[in-house]
Amino acid sequence: MVQIFDVLIILVVALNFVALGVSRIRGVINAVALQGVLLGTFPLFVHSQIGRRVILLIVVTIVLKGRVIPVFLVQAMREANIRHQVKPVVSFVSSLLLGAVGTGLAMMFSHTLPLTKEHSDMLLVPASLSTVWTGFLMLTSRREAIMQVLGFLLLENGILLFGLLLLEAMPFLVEAGVLLDLFTGVFVMGIIIHHINREFDSISTEHLSKLKE
Amino acid sequence: MTERLVLLALIIAAMSGVPGLLFHRNSTAGQWIAVLLSVASSSLGITGLGLFWALGDSQPITLPWRLPGAEFSVAVDGLSAIFLLPVFLISVLGNIYGLGYWNQTKHPQNGRKLRLFYGLLTAGMAVVVIARNGILFLFGWEIMALSAFFLITTEDDKKEVRNAGWIYLVATHTATLCLFAVFALLRAASGSFALVPFENHGIEPAMATTIFMLGLVGFGIKAGIMPLHVWLPSAHTVAPSHVSAVMSGVIIKMGIYGQFRLTSLLPTPPLEWGAIVLGLGAVSGVLGVAFAIAQHDLKRLLAYHSIENIGIILLGLGLALIGRSLGRADLIVLGLSGGLLHVLNHALFKSLLFLSAGSVIHGAHTREIDELGGLAKVMPWTAMCFLVGAVAICGLPPLNGFVSEFLIYLGLFGTLGQEGQVPFAGAAFAAAALALIGALAAACFVKVYGAVFLGVARSQHAQQSHESGPTMIGALSVLVACCFLIGLAPLLIVPILEMGIAAWAPDLNEKGHRIAALAPLNWITVMGLLLIATLLLVGMWLRARLRKGGVAATVTWGCGYMAPTPRIQYTSSSFAQMLVGLFGWALRPRMRQPTHMTLFPRRADFHSEVADTVLDKAILPTFRFGAWLFSWFRVFQQGNIQTYLLYIFVALIALLLWR
Amino acid sequence: MTTVIHHTIHVLLALSLPPLLLGVIAKTKAQFAGRVGPPVLQPYYDLVKLFQKGSVYSTTTTWVFRAGPVVGLVTAALAVLMIPLANSSAPVSFTGDPILFAYLLGLGRFFTASAALDTGSPFEGMGAAREVTFTCLAEPAFFLGLLVLAKLSGTLQMGTMLGAAVAHHWSSAGASLALVLVSWFIVLLVENSRIPFDDPNTHLELTMIHEVMVLDHSGPAFGMILYGASLKLFIFGALIARLIFPPTNGDPWLDWPIFVLSTLAVAVMIGVIESTMARLRMTHVPVLLVTACLFSAFGIILLVR
Repeated sequence: MVQIFDVLIILVVALNFVALGVSRIRGVINAVALQGVLLGTFPLFVHSQIGRRVILLIVVTIVLKGRVIPVFLVQAMREANIRHQVKPVVSFVSSLLLGAVGTGLAMMFSHTLPLTKEHSDMLLVPASLSTVWTGFLMLTSRREAIMQVLGFLLLENGILLFGLLLLEAMPFLVEAGVLLDLFTGVFVMGIIIHHINREFDSISTEHLSKLKE
Repeated sequence: MTERLVLLALIIAAMSGVPGLLFHRNSTAGQWIAVLLSVASSSLGITGLGLFWALGDSQPITLPWRLPGAEFSVAVDGLSAIFLLPVFLISVLGNIYGLGYWNQTKHPQNGRKLRLFYGLLTAGMAVVVIARNGILFLFGWEIMALSAFFLITTEDDKKEVRNAGWIYLVATHTATLCLFAVFALLRAASGSFALVPFENHGIEPAMATTIFMLGLVGFGIKAGIMPLHVWLPSAHTVAPSHVSAVMSGVIIKMGIYGQFRLTSLLPTPPLEWGAIVLGLGAVSGVLGVAFAIAQHDLKRLLAYHSIENIGIILLGLGLALIGRSLGRADLIVLGLSGGLLHVLNHALFKSLLFLSAGSVIHGAHTREIDELGGLAKVMPWTAMCFLVGAVAICGLPPLNGFVSEFLIYLGLFGTLGQEGQVPFAGAAFAAAALALIGALAAACFVKVYGAVFLGVARSQHAQQSHESGPTMIGALSVLVACCFLIGLAPLLIVPILEMGIAAWAPDLNEKGHRIAALAPLNWITVMGLLLIATLLLVGMWLRARLRKGGVAATVTWGCGYMAPTPRIQYTSSSFAQMLVGLFGWALRPRMRQPTHMTLFPRRADFHSEVADTVLDKAILPTFRFGAWLFSWFRVFQQGNIQTYLLYIFVALIALLLWR
Repeated sequence: MTTVIHHTIHVLLALSLPPLLLGVIAKTKAQFAGRVGPPVLQPYYDLVKLFQKGSVYSTTTTWVFRAGPVVGLVTAALAVLMIPLANSSAPVSFTGDPILFAYLLGLGRFFTASAALDTGSPFEGMGAAREVTFTCLAEPAFFLGLLVLAKLSGTLQMGTMLGAAVAHHWSSAGASLALVLVSWFIVLLVENSRIPFDDPNTHLELTMIHEVMVLDHSGPAFGMILYGASLKLFIFGALIARLIFPPTNGDPWLDWPIFVLSTLAVAVMIGVIESTMARLRMTHVPVLLVTACLFSAFGIILLVR
């Protein structure tokens, strides 16, 4: 069981790199969606007993992160007539290397955190920190608004991973907070994409700097 | 006996350029005398080393010196001996090579100056290596540093040369400043300037770390470690090629020698020292070769490769330091033997490359790689020698570069730790860095060899080139033979390395840690010979087959393009383009490319250059800022005698009032 | 005595099997495309034919151009002596043999690329530049994978690193091994110029890597290049096969057929990938290679953290 969980966590981290290295926006959306689905299954491994509430939670997370949001994003892409290729500010190779550095630092940093013994041996904490880092990287190094949404989603995934540690103590609170947060984020960004597109005929956030005056 | 022979040799070397001053500037007699004296000096020196290696013969000489704290104290030990060998070998080969390359009749205005300082340089380096007293060490160091300055500025009528010389002079004095601090602190800690190892608790850890860091900067500047390398590329480029060979092969090794010697004196280091040295080694290695790939100037490219190889040597030293901190004898043995052997190997193949490059410059009168091409047809011997050097520097079997990299790899993999050993797995990542360095070096030398020697001549220069004379080719052949010898029979050199290790870590040999037990060097011999034999066999088979099947000759297939010109060949810049792009974050290439392409494109040109990022982006701005800052002091310079008298008066009053 | 027999089988198999892998890949691709395809033994016929042909040499070339195929073939042939097949250790086996192995292949690459530049053709220069550039990123990935295996097995000898204990490591450190497997498979694809890195079957020289580098070779020399390339494919295929199907501790005579079948399975896998994937854009190749490095690096971090 622990072995399988470790492999899944590694997959989550590997998907971070896929999200950073893929040039097609659809590819990034798929990677983030797959990561969401994987995250959805994690309560199975963390919870000692699996009740109805946990099942519900799993189903909601998987449907939301794996289906609803990707479909919504793809639709947004189609309607806004977005280019399919990512034009990164930092090159793909450099962002991969930066991601690797972040993951390495996360590995080192997670040892210094005051965690319980069982938690500090798990890969969960470094994976969560690494995912948060990837999210930040994507938010800062990609121009397209849709990539910003995806970076935000990655950030949320990382926080959700961390939240799994608290699952025993405060079961529902964390998920509710996270999901609400997420929904708001996507909602707001959706509106922003729509408006940028209408104003500037493009969704590059660079145009936003024109608004400063 | 050894010490006396070495002293005699270095005195003869120091004198070798003096008789030439008495002859007329158009006469070659002085040059021949210098060469003969140099041959005598090197034979004496190498005989001395042979005695030491064969018999362990060493009688330190100590004579009183009037200078306070100083003592004329010299000795040869295993470590000195390894560094002395290239000093004597490369300098004599350079001198012989100089007969053809820098003949007095061709260079009447600066040939005599060059040979005077060349001899002094050899002597200075020999003093550095055998000195056992801090003051004497600094004496030798300064003789070496200043003669190197005069050698770099041999052609001081050119602006480019003078600039390189100034940068070198500033850098070398910064290094000397650090070394003054190092020896002052050593004296403060031990009570004398004698260079003897500390007892294990004989020095405070903070003091030891300060000394180590200052030494790392001081010796690092001379060795050309990556952020401190700023003087190196331009100095190697503008100096005459046999001077570049000595600079790259031997002088920068003096910085490495300093680090080996200093770390052998200090007690058991903390783990961080090794980690720092290893990290610096990896950075120098990777970035050194990355900068090399981006160069268009043959000698500048080779200069950056020196930085790369210094990085590899530091990987070895870092391993040894880590081994000492962890108490892992195997890491010490593998790291030191790899590092020391690479010192020797780099001296051999880098001088070989610089001398071959000199031969190219001698024949084609340009250093610009993109103007050469097809030289293998007109300069077959030079091309062959350069190829051997190129394969050796890439660390490919069956040549010597592979052996030292192999030893360092074994040590790096060893840091993972087997059963019952203390691991330091972070260091193992340096193995990946070394693999990257090797692959990049291979890419770079395919580029150089291909662009300079293969294909078709790209310019008049290359077309009218000619092969060099026998003295130049002779000097090259000796180095080629040495590369093959070490590459095919590494066990021959093992006793020498073990004596070097014994000098660095005297307590190791008693425990019986031998190189041969840790590294299967006999297999390298077997595989090297097998490789050569199979190559010959298959080559002969192909030859017989070709004779039977018939051979037709035609022009190169241009994919349908029937009128190929030399200009359509891939140039060195186009070859390196992708790699330069990958390392763009460090190299900061400046490119000027044609933009608007209309239906009928006009004449367009493409230009790219990669300057030294550290020099351009860090050092020069700092110095400019300093110049601006100090320009405020001009306020005081009124040019008015009364004002100056006033200053003196004010200063006197201030001194009286103080306390 | 048994060692001698096993070594003999090793040499014979290593020299005779490689072209078959090329045939299997071609056949797999043909099946996917719904064609009958050339016979599986076609590469052997090609080789025999090439070795009997006359040659054409460009007037711009020197001896380096003639040495290129010889060095390429000989280094691959010596490297094949160093990898373990089904026997527990290869005929040439010592501590540090993977390093010599990698550098021998490096020597071959050095001369193949130099031979390409010797022709003075822009296309071949282009191929050589790409080959050496991509190798710069593949080499660290290979060595990082070696670190994982060295850490797991405690040695630096390929026979032991890929020995029977690998089966045990799959259960104790499966994640790391899986990462190495993916990374090395990418290395296999790039080292042998397969899709998604290179497509030898395109009609355009501008887009090729390895194939464009050897455009000017002909006759026996070209046969040597073809054979050397198949040896290289066999080498990496065997490494992957050993990683997935490590030899059992049981009957050594059973291990040989298992090994042959698993190597052919790797060839089929390559064929499937070639049929289902498109070639990557040239500018995107480094990204995939850096990913391979990161996978292996992550594998070693998992082990030592």
